[in-house]
Amino acid sequence: MIYLDHAATTPMRPEVWEAMAPYASSVFGNSSGVHDVSRQAKNALEEARERVAAMLGARPMEIIFTSGGTESDNLALKGAFWSPRDRSGVVAVATEHEAILETVDFLRRSGSPTVLVDVDDEGFVDSDAVVDATDPNTAVVSVMLVNNETGLIQDVGAVVEAVKRSDSDIYVHTDAVQGFASEDIDVGALNVDMMTITAHKLGGPKGTGLLYVRDGIMLEPVLHGGGQELGRRSGTHDVAGAVGLARAMELAVADRERFRSQIGRIRDDFEKRLGAGIDDVVLNTPRFGRSSHHLNVRIPGIRNETLLMRLDQRGVAASAGSACQSGAATVSHVLEAMGLTPTQARESLRFSFGWTSTMDESIEAADIIVELVEKLR
Amino acid sequence: MKVLVAMSGGVDSSVAAALMKDEGHDVIGVTLKLWSGPDGQPPTAGCCTVSDAEDARRVAAELRIPYYVLDYVDDFRDGVVDHFVHDYASGLTPNPCIECNRTVKFDRLLRRLGDFDCEVLVTGHHARSREIDGVWHLLRGVDKAKDQSYVLSMLTQVELSATRFPVGELMKRDVRRIAADMGMRSAHKPESMDICFVGDGDYRGFLEEVAPDVFHPGPLVDTAGNEMGSHDGIVGFTVGQRRGLGVAVGEPRFVVRIDPESATVVLGSRDDLLVSGLELSNVIWTDGVGGTGDLMAQYRAHGDPVAASLAGSTLMFEEPQPAIAPGQTVAFYDGDRVLGGALITSTNL
Repeated sequence: MIYLDHAATTPMRPEVWEAMAPYASSVFGNSSGVHDVSRQAKNALEEARERVAAMLGARPMEIIFTSGGTESDNLALKGAFWSPRDRSGVVAVATEHEAILETVDFLRRSGSPTVLVDVDDEGFVDSDAVVDATDPNTAVVSVMLVNNETGLIQDVGAVVEAVKRSDSDIYVHTDAVQGFASEDIDVGALNVDMMTITAHKLGGPKGTGLLYVRDGIMLEPVLHGGGQELGRRSGTHDVAGAVGLARAMELAVADRERFRSQIGRIRDDFEKRLGAGIDDVVLNTPRFGRSSHHLNVRIPGIRNETLLMRLDQRGVAASAGSACQSGAATVSHVLEAMGLTPTQARESLRFSFGWTSTMDESIEAADIIVELVEKLR
Repeated sequence: MKVLVAMSGGVDSSVAAALMKDEGHDVIGVTLKLWSGPDGQPPTAGCCTVSDAEDARRVAAELRIPYYVLDYVDDFRDGVVDHFVHDYASGLTPNPCIECNRTVKFDRLLRRLGDFDCEVLVTGHHARSREIDGVWHLLRGVDKAKDQSYVLSMLTQVELSATRFPVGELMKRDVRRIAADMGMRSAHKPESMDICFVGDGDYRGFLEEVAPDVFHPGPLVDTAGNEMGSHDGIVGFTVGQRRGLGVAVGEPRFVVRIDPESATVVLGSRDDLLVSGLELSNVIWTDGVGGTGDLMAQYRAHGDPVAASLAGSTLMFEEPQPAIAPGQTVAFYDGDRVLGGALITSTNL
């Protein structure tokens, strides 16, 4: 199988699994406890936290371990809405991940005045447009760093600056899930108040992630209970997960240069081959301001559902937007926000590269795609 | 052969997939996503729900065949649901399952076989098809009580040459035994009786929700034109209906005719329901040649065929038949062989 769906999830790096193993066997304790068994677990957890914080340029107590990107996104928005602060508005960009958009919709139904900011036809959001969408009641603004469907890199730094200049009390959150593998991420440099990261997009385990929350920000928890994570996120700690996340992040940081250069070259070469073999292929991923590992294209006249099935039959794994509960492909809201019609959205596919991608398999995949498109026409 | 099996999650299509795999074909299983419900939620009752797709997925996993869910929501809405609403508003009683076969399964899906690199489409319908001297025949399934050739009566040579019905060669009880032997969870699943987008059979409630403007009040009259009462929409009535009329006259009263222009519902006695003949449209001949003359006509999904004679687009019964609703389908037979079928546009009372 030639796997070109790293944006959906990634294979686990062997070192990560190795690092996690002791926590399934010998170091099994509940990190909240008095005895040595739990202390060992606690130490491992806090050590992982310190490593993660250092990588982000944050302080350890600003890291909340969660069950992944979706939970972190939920906590960032719901936590801000329900916090003791007297602000209830939520602003997000129309191309955000469903974990943000569905939460925004829920908060809207819960009484929050919510606003979704439009993007241009490449998918970029204008900082001024974001500021215009805010008002003195806005609690939080969310803008993702790298779009999971197209790989577009949003200028989060500029958005943060504009929003803070207009109203320094608005929290700015960024979903950095797709960006961590390739972009330099420092919460101080970006000046964001909250950031979502998940392990399984970085060669780490599924079911673990984090929310960076700047010191001083009050969030109402989403999960109430035993009061773990300084009361902000209850639930017995997934120590193995936290250790795996930390290791995965370290390996990802060490691999960033290669991601930008070598993986970027593989993606660019793949893009060239598709362009050479399919006359009318259209790029949904912008030409500039994009990650090194995503490629979203539209092939006129070919339904993505059909091509994905044929690719699967030939051993190539790719995807299109997101899938509904039954498994059928849906029309991408990201592409629709960029102005594509439902028909055009249904002709679009996403190819995404990752730490295991090689030039050879990418060339083979491109050839197969070109061949299948010819057959289908 | 590479074959595409349309899997609904039910026992028939599950066994159809298994039979094709046993015969050595390369099988790809698909479930058609047809309906999302008014609020985007998948249906939770009737056919093709999320749990049905889950049943189909499980069978596919057990059979170790690739399995995909295909999005036909737009085609289904435009081709089937919109027709359904329009037909009721026009005083007809539609059969959306036949419409779905006509437009989605054996048209849109069939035309994509090449895209999926498949040679034939396989379904779990209880029917049989045969090729004899280059001509494709469609026959009733061997289990007469479960025969579904009626809903396939619009198929012609083009469709029949590209479709297979493996399950129609077996008695239903044997189909269930095969499923049970294979450990299929669907072996004992009850058959779906509902229209897939009207889960609880409440088509009136469905229309109230998606097309409230098709309800126009009007008079209930007897066959002489005397007013007997009023109703709040012809869509709530179908020819032959006895219950829910809102009037009580001592003896049974049935809906005899519906006039959409004046929104009038005509009530009559059992005798008034008798129909001597039908006006037809969309006449299809299985062999593509057709003809006129005597044949057996079946105008209900599960009803005995009766002797009739066809001339052009008019079908005359040998004996008057009760309660036939315009909008329904009539299938023509010569013994077990399907000759063709047509839509009933009006009845000669």
